[in-house]
Amino acid sequence: MTIFYILMIFIVIASLIAVETTDLLSSVICIGAMGFGVSLVFLFLRAPDIAITQIVVEVLGLIILIRATISRDLTFISGDKEFFGTVVSVAIIFVIFLAGLRVFETLPEFGTAIFTQVPNAASQTYISQGLEKTGAANLVASVILDYRAYDTLGEATVLFTSILGATVLLRRKAKNTPETLQPVSES
Amino acid sequence: MQGMTIIVKTISSWVKVLIVLFGIYIILFGHLTPGGGFAGGVILASSYVLLMLAFGGEFVKKDLPLSLVSKLDCLGAFMFIMIAILGLVFGGTFFVNFLVDKYGQPLHLLSAGTIPFSNIAIGLKVGASLFLVIFSLSTCCKAGELDSH
Amino acid sequence: MLYALCFLLFMIGLYCAVVKKNMVKIVVGILIMEYAVNLFLVMLGYRHGGIAPIIDKSHLESQAALNNFVSSSVDPLPQALVLTAIVISLGSLALMISLCIRTYEKYGTFDITEIRRLRG
Repeated sequence: MTIFYILMIFIVIASLIAVETTDLLSSVICIGAMGFGVSLVFLFLRAPDIAITQIVVEVLGLIILIRATISRDLTFISGDKEFFGTVVSVAIIFVIFLAGLRVFETLPEFGTAIFTQVPNAASQTYISQGLEKTGAANLVASVILDYRAYDTLGEATVLFTSILGATVLLRRKAKNTPETLQPVSES
Repeated sequence: MQGMTIIVKTISSWVKVLIVLFGIYIILFGHLTPGGGFAGGVILASSYVLLMLAFGGEFVKKDLPLSLVSKLDCLGAFMFIMIAILGLVFGGTFFVNFLVDKYGQPLHLLSAGTIPFSNIAIGLKVGASLFLVIFSLSTCCKAGELDSH
Repeated sequence: MLYALCFLLFMIGLYCAVVKKNMVKIVVGILIMEYAVNLFLVMLGYRHGGIAPIIDKSHLESQAALNNFVSSSVDPLPQALVLTAIVISLGSLALMISLCIRTYEKYGTFDITEIRRLRG
């Protein structure tokens, strides 16, 4: 249990550095450190599928972020600091944080299996009958590709659309400029 | 973007083979060991990102033309939808696993019905999409080119 | 207590996304919020002394071993949902960064207050 606390405090400190530093490249590198910490937490939470995916997605995300920040204006000095707006935002976020802590006290303790205390939980069916109904030894793969395959279809659609949008935005120049288009002849 | 020195180019052309092999292993064994289609697809994309960083964008564009990658992307999505519709035709409901218990035995490579084919389709789709977007990001505008005003 | 740390991480990301003026910092704030939510969802399914939800040859030897597996495996459902969420966050990160790059090319700065004033 203490390993969780050590890793979570490391992640929180890295995120504080990423938020407060003025150098863009430093905050991107802190995001990379956070991602590796999150992957370690996933490994200790007994989720190896997600740990593998988090590491490789983290590396590709770092490449994308560094592409955007390298040799642009790295140190950023703002003109007027807008003191009042910052104080009001911090106060509101603090109030929401305190209210949220009251909600988290109603949740069960960390580590007690929540799905065993809820009657007719779906996870009990997945664990006990997953191998004979689907034949897959990896229960997470049987959940995403057999029991909940519709969610995977939605995820493929969202990924397709976002990549389509990003590729269209980054196109070099338009194919048909207004000078090259032939006017439609009226007949 | 231009490539790097000769040492980086030599090493990365050997390492690329290992990365592609690892990605294919993670996709194919997705129903037996941790991994699956998503992680394997991202690993496949990152092998070509390594090539692009070491050799430059022009070499990769000649090596793997963008039209082929778009076609692979659409092929992956099409295969996934076809598996779902075949489930409707043969099984009665959309996306049902209609090949379960038809071949193989549990805990072997050939098992689990349509799950390996879905893994391959998802791996193709995710890998091709991510390669396309990183290639577009690298070659859209030269890094270091300043604003136009 | 661990849930409270996840919530604190989410609030730090929210503060960064709301208060900062640099566009890449706003993207970094959104990324921190996504990490916090994924962590929280997987933490909900943990069980003390649990094992990963992958069936092995040793679990199929006897009925007692299978019962032991069923009674001590962690929840596979939040893991399946978080798996797709991680890959979607990469796609949305690509879209946000391409927006930032295009805006930088047109206006020459990452500052959002400058972009507001250069209207027209």
